[in-house]
Amino acid sequence: MITPLILLHPDDNVLVCRAPIAAGFETVIDGDTVTIPAAIEVGHKVARGDLQAGDKILKYGAPIGSMTADAKRGDHVHLHNMKSDYIPSHTRKAVS
Amino acid sequence: MLNTPAITAYLRPDGRKGIRNVIAVAYLVECAHHVARGIVNRFTDYEQLASATIGDAPEVHLIGFPGCYPNAYAFKMMQALTTHPNVGGVLLISLGCESFNREQLKTTIEASGRPVETLVIQNSGGTASTIQKGVEAVKRMQAIAAQTPRVDMDISELIIGTICGGSDGTSGITANPAVGRAFDALGAAGAACIFEETGELVGCEKIMADRAVTPELGAALEASVEKAERYYTIMGFGSFAPGNAEGGLTTQEEKSMGAYSKSGSAPICGILKPGDQPPTGGLYLLDVVPDGEPRFGFPNISDNAEIVELIACGAHITLFTTGRGSVVGSAISPVIKICANPETFRKLAEDMDIDAGRIMEGRATLDEVGSEITDLVLKVAAGARTKSEALGHQEFILTYKAFEPIGPACLPLKRA
Repeated sequence: MITPLILLHPDDNVLVCRAPIAAGFETVIDGDTVTIPAAIEVGHKVARGDLQAGDKILKYGAPIGSMTADAKRGDHVHLHNMKSDYIPSHTRKAVS
Repeated sequence: MLNTPAITAYLRPDGRKGIRNVIAVAYLVECAHHVARGIVNRFTDYEQLASATIGDAPEVHLIGFPGCYPNAYAFKMMQALTTHPNVGGVLLISLGCESFNREQLKTTIEASGRPVETLVIQNSGGTASTIQKGVEAVKRMQAIAAQTPRVDMDISELIIGTICGGSDGTSGITANPAVGRAFDALGAAGAACIFEETGELVGCEKIMADRAVTPELGAALEASVEKAERYYTIMGFGSFAPGNAEGGLTTQEEKSMGAYSKSGSAPICGILKPGDQPPTGGLYLLDVVPDGEPRFGFPNISDNAEIVELIACGAHITLFTTGRGSVVGSAISPVIKICANPETFRKLAEDMDIDAGRIMEGRATLDEVGSEITDLVLKVAAGARTKSEALGHQEFILTYKAFEPIGPACLPLKRA
């Protein structure tokens, strides 16, 4: 079976969705069958293992932010449970 | 080990090696563009272009600078482009009253050992007469360029650039990381690989700095991204848009990583500015954002300007990733198009060299597409045409910019 989830880098703790997933869909993550609880759109991220608030998220093998809430394996990882860790070293000025 | 076809290069008198043997017809102000194009058109043979490999007759490409006022960046770019290893001869077309220093450019080209002639329209009898004289001049240069010695070329002598354009949600999942794998393979074989567009790297400057071969270079990499963010903010464009979140991107650093993944995973050994040549093999960042206060508008008005800057750094081939679908090529150096989105590939197959969208549909892995890109780079270096070359694409844009020279920390591995 072709999994709809792609691992971009071996160090990553999230997978990227390449085909739409319906809620309740069963797929395989690292050899285990996992039920995806919520619908996932293409390009969105799914937890590769159980994640806790504060965990760094790795994608492309690089930190892209950290969890603000816990997530189970197969859960959607996005704005509701994850935030940026990026702090610009200079002032951002809005352009009017 | 890479599966390498024999690359039989054109050996230039300055010792550099080219994979194409192009006669460049260069207008030195927009007012000379039509005449220059008129000369090039006489040599454009679409049937020959459509053949699978390059022919023996040197092809004729149109390049130029439209501005009437002088600009040090544009002059440096024209010097680098007219002495590019893929160029075997140059015809300069001047109106006559523009401020471009045509004598100094001619001296630079002569010093590189290439045939060069200048035609000044105001002294050559006008449009038709200059076109006629130009056609004869190009024929003379083709005859000289056809005698260029052919020598073996190693992968370690190649310079490869990469750019993304018309990106969508698939770019960062398929084509960009696949190019990263090709960059890793080509860089490991000793090639110089160049990535660019610091404006799209906002948020991953720390991650990038950690890959620098020295801490000083790391600081310079961070500074180049800070410069880009400030510049684009003044232009009125931030980087992270609401549409990015709908596409599944959660953070600024995640979005930037998608573009940054084209760079692969090798250590970063230097920063170049447009027209600088990589002194060794390895991975380089090309800093395309002007220095100082914004003066001439956007850093690059379209993808084509960035491709020209990569070529000015010596790029023999440019890897262009696209999700929405771009059809462009370039004068002087071939462009390989890597399509990220499988739907786009089906719509624009005639323009796409590589179908990286197969990764989206589970029909190929990132590693497989990465190997396919590496193999195609070597085939194109050995004379196979890219899709855009076969379709006759020779886009070229050069406009005004201002740069300071690169700082002392930028090329730590430069040979003494």
